[in-house]
Amino acid sequence: MNRLLGWIDARFPLVSLWEEHASRYYAPKNFNFWYYFGSIALVVLVIQIVSGIWLTMNYKPSATEAFASVESIMRDVEWGWLIRYMHSTGSSFFFIAVYLHMFRAIIYGSYKGNRELIWLLGMFIYVILMAEAFMGYLLPWGQMSYWGAQVIISLFGAIPFGIGEALALWIRGDYVVSDATLNRFFALHVVALPLALLAVVVLHLLALHEVGSNNPDGVEIKRNKGPDGNPRDGIPFHPYYTVKDLMGVTVFLFLFAIVVFFVPEFGGWFLEKDNFVPADPLRTPEHIVPLWYFTPFYAILRAIPDKLTGVLAMGASIVVLFFLPWIDRHPVKSIRYRGPLFAALIAMFVLTFLVLGVLGTQPPTRVLGELGLRFGELYFSFFIVLWLYSRERRAAAHVNTFIVMAVLIAAADVIRFDPGKVELMLWSALIPIVYYAVFVLAPIVTSLNEPRPVPERVVYR
Amino acid sequence: MSMGGVSGGRRRFLTATASVVGGAGLGFTAVPFISAWQPSERTRAIGAPVQINVSKLEPGQLVTVLWRGKPVWVVRRTPETLDALSGLDPVLRDPDSQVVEQQPEYARNRHRSLNPEYLVLVGICTHLGCSPQYVVAAGADRYDLGADWPGGFFCPCHGSKFDLAGRVYPGVPAPTNLEVPPHRYLDGDRIEIGVDHGVKESLS
Amino acid sequence: MSWVKRGACIAGLVALALAGGAHAAGGAIPLLEAKVELGDRASLQRGAKLFVNYCAGCHSARFMRYSRMGRDLGLTEEQVGANLMFASDKPGDPILATLGEADANAWFGRPPPDLSLSARARGPDWIYTYLMTFYRDESRPFGANNLVYPDVAMPHALVELQGVQARREDAGDGPAAPTGAGELLELVEPGSMSVAEYRRAVRDLVNFMVYVGEPAKLDRYVLGGWVLLFLLVFFVISRLLYKEYWKDVH
Repeated sequence: MNRLLGWIDARFPLVSLWEEHASRYYAPKNFNFWYYFGSIALVVLVIQIVSGIWLTMNYKPSATEAFASVESIMRDVEWGWLIRYMHSTGSSFFFIAVYLHMFRAIIYGSYKGNRELIWLLGMFIYVILMAEAFMGYLLPWGQMSYWGAQVIISLFGAIPFGIGEALALWIRGDYVVSDATLNRFFALHVVALPLALLAVVVLHLLALHEVGSNNPDGVEIKRNKGPDGNPRDGIPFHPYYTVKDLMGVTVFLFLFAIVVFFVPEFGGWFLEKDNFVPADPLRTPEHIVPLWYFTPFYAILRAIPDKLTGVLAMGASIVVLFFLPWIDRHPVKSIRYRGPLFAALIAMFVLTFLVLGVLGTQPPTRVLGELGLRFGELYFSFFIVLWLYSRERRAAAHVNTFIVMAVLIAAADVIRFDPGKVELMLWSALIPIVYYAVFVLAPIVTSLNEPRPVPERVVYR
Repeated sequence: MSMGGVSGGRRRFLTATASVVGGAGLGFTAVPFISAWQPSERTRAIGAPVQINVSKLEPGQLVTVLWRGKPVWVVRRTPETLDALSGLDPVLRDPDSQVVEQQPEYARNRHRSLNPEYLVLVGICTHLGCSPQYVVAAGADRYDLGADWPGGFFCPCHGSKFDLAGRVYPGVPAPTNLEVPPHRYLDGDRIEIGVDHGVKESLS
Repeated sequence: MSWVKRGACIAGLVALALAGGAHAAGGAIPLLEAKVELGDRASLQRGAKLFVNYCAGCHSARFMRYSRMGRDLGLTEEQVGANLMFASDKPGDPILATLGEADANAWFGRPPPDLSLSARARGPDWIYTYLMTFYRDESRPFGANNLVYPDVAMPHALVELQGVQARREDAGDGPAAPTGAGELLELVEPGSMSVAEYRRAVRDLVNFMVYVGEPAKLDRYVLGGWVLLFLLVFFVISRLLYKEYWKDVH
């Protein structure tokens, strides 16, 4: 065995790769619950690739055969149902893992301290994943697949000067979503995007291992090395985190199996009822809902009563995430040492995201539409307040921000003024007003935004 | 970090247990993926037994039916060709159908069929899977099979030759006789290809 | 990270799932509960017979093969052939309607929908309520209308079993009008089955349609239990392994 290893190592850096990325990669010893989701996302990626390859063996990317071939996988192919449910459940669990992973980065400031590229590469993973999910969802060729794709592609039509329509036509390769669209989406879903995804995942990990992992205390462990040259607060990734992640992955697989075997539709959240009806270009389902992982952005799109602005806002809501490392420049990384207001701000952002997510699944009634708009405003406000909190600012900066935002929101309300719902607009305006009063004005008169001193060493019990 | 108080034995035992149980788990997970390559229910439905009515067949005529995607020949042999079969025994490689996989037990006879008159064969050469030609005695010239060709099958791919019971000639690349598929008579005229239970009754 | 917070996360996810009424289609009346029991093989067999006799003339279930159905329902090939199949069908064939498309268009205006996945698309309760709430309506081409699917193009296929229902005279249209199916309709001409028998027959039929919607469901639950048990055992092992290694970390 050792001789074989020696033979390989003389020709390929196997041992040094292993040491660099596992047995001598020193990770902080204080990782907590939130640090499982990177490994978990990697496991889901493997599940998706393997189950996806197997689905491809029986799936037929043609408008006439796609729906029947999926049902054939569900019934005729031995174990096909299991493989298909692994894939459909995997897509939702991928987003659960990725969202929790991103949340971890936000609360512990994991994009700080030369880690901007890790975040950026992660964002590329996220965007590729969204494209992957969107295109994959067309493949079963059910009603929701078809009309969902129709709606999302039509978003491009909002671009003015005829560019949008031409672009949408080019994406579809037909005047509506059709066989041509299905075929190219299939190619992208099974070949192009997975390749890109894998490549960016590798880059993401390389960037991470170059700088080193952040941790819940936001302490740079490389600043405190022992006599052996290794960080005092670090432990080798292997075996310590491999065994820990093995445990985490097992728990994850347990939840995954519950869904796969007992509730694969997950009450319509993972597999929508309407998608058990074959695509019919002549009949739109009563209400079209994207899958849950897109609904926060979809809610923003729908809330704005202007097509182009809505599309731009939705695009901006994703693009703004890329800039997070440059928006939040506060030297203290972790939520543990940044004062209660920062924690409340994050909590509010999570709430905003969830509320938007739920609103995106509801029919756009008068009240819910208004609520969607207000929470859309809160979504973007989060980044403004985050920027404001980046360093200690004079009271005037806070007051000015408050005034500018109040004017902007009021202006938006004037532009979209609708005499039919004056009362509703006024009442709902309380949402951003209270938000800004708490997060922008409160720091002037209280010490709630004061950071606490960050310790020298990580806290590990 | 220190290694004080660490029991290497317990650690080794747990690592081994986790590896074995985890490996078993991966093994179980592999089962669905491996089984998924088996013929699907759909394939099996398409490959279901097929029936053919042979009452309209002229003596000497061959018809081909498709079973499991393969050509299956049904030939109505004349009494003369049947008589000629035993005369070929000395020159054939396996005249008595010693290679048992090539036919069901009930076709291990001189004429290699249930009913001597009707020959049922899978029309795939046992060499490399081409489909041989049915060449009657009169058509031997076309393939340069010699004047004494008694009629049989000739594979144009690599020149393998078989007689009218699907028995292989020596000196050709095909190693064994042509395969007789499982079949049975539903009544005097209808043959079902692909099943062989209930054969004993239909033989009588 | 405390177990409390972890629990809160999971609870949040579950709450999100339970709010999944998001996708429930709004119906005209509250749906009756089908209460099907997929494990009840006798019920599935009765349902299969009803389906073949009363539905499969016009509706296909093109993704359901007779052979698979026989295996899953515990019927021999001969039983399936004698009781459930049309003469011209082979065991591996799917359940296809005898009604041709041209006739269907002439009679109903459009081909009757395929029923393979109806139970997944509509839900068992909807189908159950649908089959319970046909009523007499002379203004319709087939003299029948339906409470959950108003102006449906289908005649009441089970009318000889259920009998004829009519809207109650005393059920007004006002806000206080009864909304439940039972209060809106009354039986005016009894069918060959009693009310209880008919209810059971429809339940069997819906049960069968749930099975047809996803035959793998029968295997899924059984296998799922074993998989979870395995993962539980492996979790214990992995936790012991983790504790053992992390003794080093101080």
